Amino acid sequence: MKADIRVALIGNPNTGKSTLFNVLTGLNQKIGNFPGVTVDKKVGYTTLPDGRQAEIIDLPGTYSIYPKSQDESIVFSVLADKHNPHRPDLVVVILDASNLKRNLLLYSQVADLKIPVVVALNMMDLAKKADIDIDVNLFAKKLGVPVVPISARKNEGIPQLKSAISFANKFALQEDSIDVASIAPGLVESISRELDIDNPYLALQLAHQHETLTFLTPEQSERVEQLEKEFSFNSQKAQGAETIARYAFINDLLYDTVKKPITPQGETHSNKIDKILTHKVFGFIIFFGILMFMFQAIFSWSSYPMELIADAFVWVQNWLHHVLPAGPLTSLLVDGVIAGLSGVMVFIPQIAILFAFISILEDTGYMSRVTFMMDKLMRKVGLNGKSVVPLIGGFACAVPSIMSTRTIENWKDRMITIMVTPLVTCSARLPIYTLLIALVVPNRNVWWLFNLQGLALTGMYIFSLISAVVVAWVFKFILKGKERGYFIMELPVYRMPRWSNVIYSMFERSKAFVLQAGKVIIAISVILWVLASYGPGDRFAKIDAQYSQPKYTKTMSTDSLSRTVSSAKLENSYAGVLGHVIEPVIRPLGFDWKIGIALITSFAAREVFVGTMATIYSVNGNAEKMESVYEKMHQAKNPDTGQPVFTLAVAFSLMMFYAFAMQCASTVAVFFRETKNWRWPAIQFAYMTVLAYVASFIAFHVLK
Amino acid sequence: MFQFIYKNMRLSQLEVGETGIVKEFTDLEMSVKLMEMGCLPGEEIRIERVAPLGDPIAINVSGYQLSLRKREAHTIVLQ
Repeated sequence: MKADIRVALIGNPNTGKSTLFNVLTGLNQKIGNFPGVTVDKKVGYTTLPDGRQAEIIDLPGTYSIYPKSQDESIVFSVLADKHNPHRPDLVVVILDASNLKRNLLLYSQVADLKIPVVVALNMMDLAKKADIDIDVNLFAKKLGVPVVPISARKNEGIPQLKSAISFANKFALQEDSIDVASIAPGLVESISRELDIDNPYLALQLAHQHETLTFLTPEQSERVEQLEKEFSFNSQKAQGAETIARYAFINDLLYDTVKKPITPQGETHSNKIDKILTHKVFGFIIFFGILMFMFQAIFSWSSYPMELIADAFVWVQNWLHHVLPAGPLTSLLVDGVIAGLSGVMVFIPQIAILFAFISILEDTGYMSRVTFMMDKLMRKVGLNGKSVVPLIGGFACAVPSIMSTRTIENWKDRMITIMVTPLVTCSARLPIYTLLIALVVPNRNVWWLFNLQGLALTGMYIFSLISAVVVAWVFKFILKGKERGYFIMELPVYRMPRWSNVIYSMFERSKAFVLQAGKVIIAISVILWVLASYGPGDRFAKIDAQYSQPKYTKTMSTDSLSRTVSSAKLENSYAGVLGHVIEPVIRPLGFDWKIGIALITSFAAREVFVGTMATIYSVNGNAEKMESVYEKMHQAKNPDTGQPVFTLAVAFSLMMFYAFAMQCASTVAVFFRETKNWRWPAIQFAYMTVLAYVASFIAFHVLK
Repeated sequence: MFQFIYKNMRLSQLEVGETGIVKEFTDLEMSVKLMEMGCLPGEEIRIERVAPLGDPIAINVSGYQLSLRKREAHTIVLQ
């Protein structure tokens, strides 16, 4: 879409920036990536009162232009780089009217970059409730920019904001907030002169950030470094001095524009809630109660839509088989691409529900209380309070959870969190566990109400959390942290969730997941299809020749014959040959070559296991009734001993393998995308495979 | 309520409900981060609550609630 004016939204976290973005753009928005970095770029469009189209960019929320995380660093580079394709013509700074002082720090930094600014004074309703009286006209006059009071939640002041955007001047008119040159005397002038920069604050920021900025040439960066030495510039001291100067400006600004009640109004609403939700005992009980409810909801609410999706895919596959001519191309499309796609799509309901819950917990302000409560515990094992969110998310899917670790500023904490997140029992493991548990654990109750199978499943979930914590603790000693960890975090006031935001976030993140994981899964399922459909030499031709003899075609029904043929072909396909090759390696774990095939195919995605099992164990099929995978596996016998294949020992050994092994191409891909380095995903893959092997080995030999 | 005046008292030594005024910081790196969040010399800070496991703590500063670890609170010297 062609836009006439480009507008960037900038503000602190929890100021209602996303709400304003949604109100301005509606469904007319899309998420992309900023070039070169993995920060989500949210862009939308709105029509201004004069008929012009405005492109709105939602920049990540930040407290300051000095970045503390990768997400935040994008803010300065978008504003400062004249050649950045996203550089805005106008910046709308959103300020929380009930918390102006801290919010104005970011404003004053952005304003000093001399980009045209409009101030949106959000949460005017909350400010009024708290008896905060703001003289908006005087405030605007002192700043020298248009100030529009709005309430994004209640949809108030939006037309006024839009017309302020359309009438905004092309040139920056704001007053200077501080004397920038005095913070680094000489240096600011030198950088301005040598790099031909007309803005002193930009020059100062280059001195601070030149090492990480990509738009400076190496020579320019080198020159800035030399100048810093020349003027003995200390980045932290300069930033401290600047912050103090800015707050002096802010105090002066607020002195006669904002009147607050002198006496505090007693205990706030939010404080009362906190007394219960972060209580020593109730706090944890409520937290685990919410978690239990979440998992119940994820599994029970999603079962019906998941069945619908699965059925729809089966229907489409059958239909395509019916209308398309039989042949390798049809098979590739139907059994390769569409089968792979259905593997991803089936998880959409679970992921959507999980993200709905996470966005409600974040929106209400509860998530930051959870990190507050869990920080000490998490820190003991080398994690961070903020690791709780990805770990909880890991119960649904590690892929979006790894993306959500970006909020963890500390590199080491973040790496450890990503390292252990895939250990948490994700939803792809659930079908495998339920199948295997159903095979070997009797379905009866103990102590009246506890179902043995349910207990086994719960055990696997708890086991996964314990292993994640233990592994994190080990990594704490292995990884070397570059920076000190800290935990300085705002606790926003409790609010009702904004349902439109919840729905947007559900929709957007599910879409991102499908696109992200979908590509990988389709690619790998095509490869698997090739491996499973073709065999070396003339083996397939021989099978066809053998089973077309009358002794088979006369005695067996068409159905069971075709299944016998396909299982014989599978054994002789490249995948089957691979299964035989790795059999000596997996024999100590109690697995035969057939399970070996499932293990190999599962390295693309765990959920492939059930489908592979269904194909492999179709040998003893009865033509009259289509058997479920469960029945096929239940009847599977070891050809040498005649004993069932899936004993308690084999089933638990398999579950241990799936609990630990890094069998998810999407996770590997997303970890690579986050670190831009193959070393980390490789380490993760290696340690998880070793753990899987050892755990399976122990499980098999203990239970045998 | 009695307010005892200690010499160079740290924020980490205050009890829940007590207030203090920031004088200076003992750690430059931390001070930059704290000042950005509104913890500046001259600002009044009240301890709001302590996390159930004893760390971190939540404070009220320049009109909002901020949580920080005790170790970080220890770098804030009060008047």
